[in-house]
Amino acid sequence: MADSGAQLVRIAGAERPPVRCRVNGQAISALAGDTVLTVVLTQAPRLRKFEFGDGYRAGFCLMGACQDCWVEVNNRRVRACSTLVADNMDISTEIGARA
Amino acid sequence: MLKIVIVGAGPAGVRAAERLVRAGHRPVVIDENVAAGGQIYRRPPAELHRDPKDLYGFEAERACKLHRTFDELAGSIDYRPSTSVWSAEGRRLDVIDRDGASHLLWDRLILATGAMDRVIPIPGWDMPGVFTLGGAQVSMKYQACAIGARPVFLGTGPLLYLIAYQYMKAGVDVAAVLDTAPLSGKVRAAPTMMAGGTALLKGLYYVARLVAAGVTIRSGITPVAIDASSGQRVGVVRYTTGEGKITTIACDAVGMGFGLRSETQLADLLDVQFDFDPSLRQWLPAVDAWGRSSVEGIYLAGDGMQLAGAQAAELSGARAAEAVLHDIGQYDARRIVRSLNRRIDRWLRFRDAMASRAFPFPHQLAQQCDDSLMICRCEGIAAGAMREAVRGQGQAEINRVKAFTRVGMGRCQGRVCQTAAAEITASAAGLDISMVSRLRGQAPIKPLPMAVFREEAAQ
Repeated sequence: MADSGAQLVRIAGAERPPVRCRVNGQAISALAGDTVLTVVLTQAPRLRKFEFGDGYRAGFCLMGACQDCWVEVNNRRVRACSTLVADNMDISTEIGARA
Repeated sequence: MLKIVIVGAGPAGVRAAERLVRAGHRPVVIDENVAAGGQIYRRPPAELHRDPKDLYGFEAERACKLHRTFDELAGSIDYRPSTSVWSAEGRRLDVIDRDGASHLLWDRLILATGAMDRVIPIPGWDMPGVFTLGGAQVSMKYQACAIGARPVFLGTGPLLYLIAYQYMKAGVDVAAVLDTAPLSGKVRAAPTMMAGGTALLKGLYYVARLVAAGVTIRSGITPVAIDASSGQRVGVVRYTTGEGKITTIACDAVGMGFGLRSETQLADLLDVQFDFDPSLRQWLPAVDAWGRSSVEGIYLAGDGMQLAGAQAAELSGARAAEAVLHDIGQYDARRIVRSLNRRIDRWLRFRDAMASRAFPFPHQLAQQCDDSLMICRCEGIAAGAMREAVRGQGQAEINRVKAFTRVGMGRCQGRVCQTAAAEITASAAGLDISMVSRLRGQAPIKPLPMAVFREEAAQ
């Protein structure tokens, strides 16, 4: 994550219990009910490196169809848009190179 | 007991389940989401409390009624949330959920698999910060997040205005609504769109509110590109106005979509017959007046069958259940189905007015795109490679083009690229779009962790 700055902007729901997890080894406080995609994109502008060329990806359809948002959670591949965050989750977005 | 399986828990799936339970059955309902409602009436996770009025606007009452109906069915159905069907053959469905892979057998199957945005790639569409219109809406409803602080909504169709309005109402600074459909078509379509009852008025209300809020709305535009600012982030949308003037607008996110595309991969795997719909420019499962497919025991409902919207989906979901009950000899449902069909037909007329006049699909955008434009975002395959397969290799059938170029072979199985891929193939071959055939699905229709295959092999 060379760039700082979030892509997604929260517009409501701030009064939820926090969930502690890690993104690429860094401790992050998310909110209960966040998807993994929301956790990453409210902190960063992108989700993963594109594995077939230059550039980055940050999901596209957000409804489990386009398969653009695969990341690793606790060493298992998941769709970030359809996986809810949980305490102590280890999220890794650095899997592009090994597809 | 007869095993009836419903795939999908949106408006169609829920109403189908309701009727079957009322008739004494206990259907299995398979839902990819964590809670019923589908995409249109998607519910936030339990921890995120939102006022339904904020989430669903005018449709709040309808959404709450559907959710209530489903919640009341809880003890009477076999509900499988967070479950995907990844393959199907004969009377068997292969499913995967959090616990792993399994399969189930059905006697009657209702496919209510819904739809997603229909996408036309434009330069820059693969950048982070570009989402589908539906995605922009899911982000808002399901996660209470806007896709950016200053989004542009680009494409065509009623969703364009609805989503822009929802964002504006949530306090987001909407940079612009850019519609490829000209205003004149909407004016001409208006009388026919009365068939949708208040739907037209709601659309006009959204536009009026957006205008009142000072949001830029442009009709009849041609998108040119989404350009990056520094750091490979969305910075600008470039487009040509109806008068041919190149214009730019600064933004930090784009929601794009050009109407909807039915999710038909399961129906395809099960070998049901498809027909080409020339006004929607897509292949849809063929059904009779009861929602029966060409394969005995398989029924279709909702946007996965006909793209007539959420209210029609509730009706066709109910119809599929009535057809099942009729076919198994439980009772004569002819009168009920006739009455449901009268209401469904109104929505089909509304749909046709929208598709052919108000929001025509700008297929020329795909047909005339640059050779360098990335069409398959899964594997980064450009339009030029497809045209080369057509012109150089003499391939004019979409599945052959797929074999030569890998377009449609990636992780999404062509869900995103197939519309543009077919248009590009047809125009390069000089054929009508109906002549290039349709992209065939392959199991797994959704990617699976390799662990599933190991489990399968061990069985």
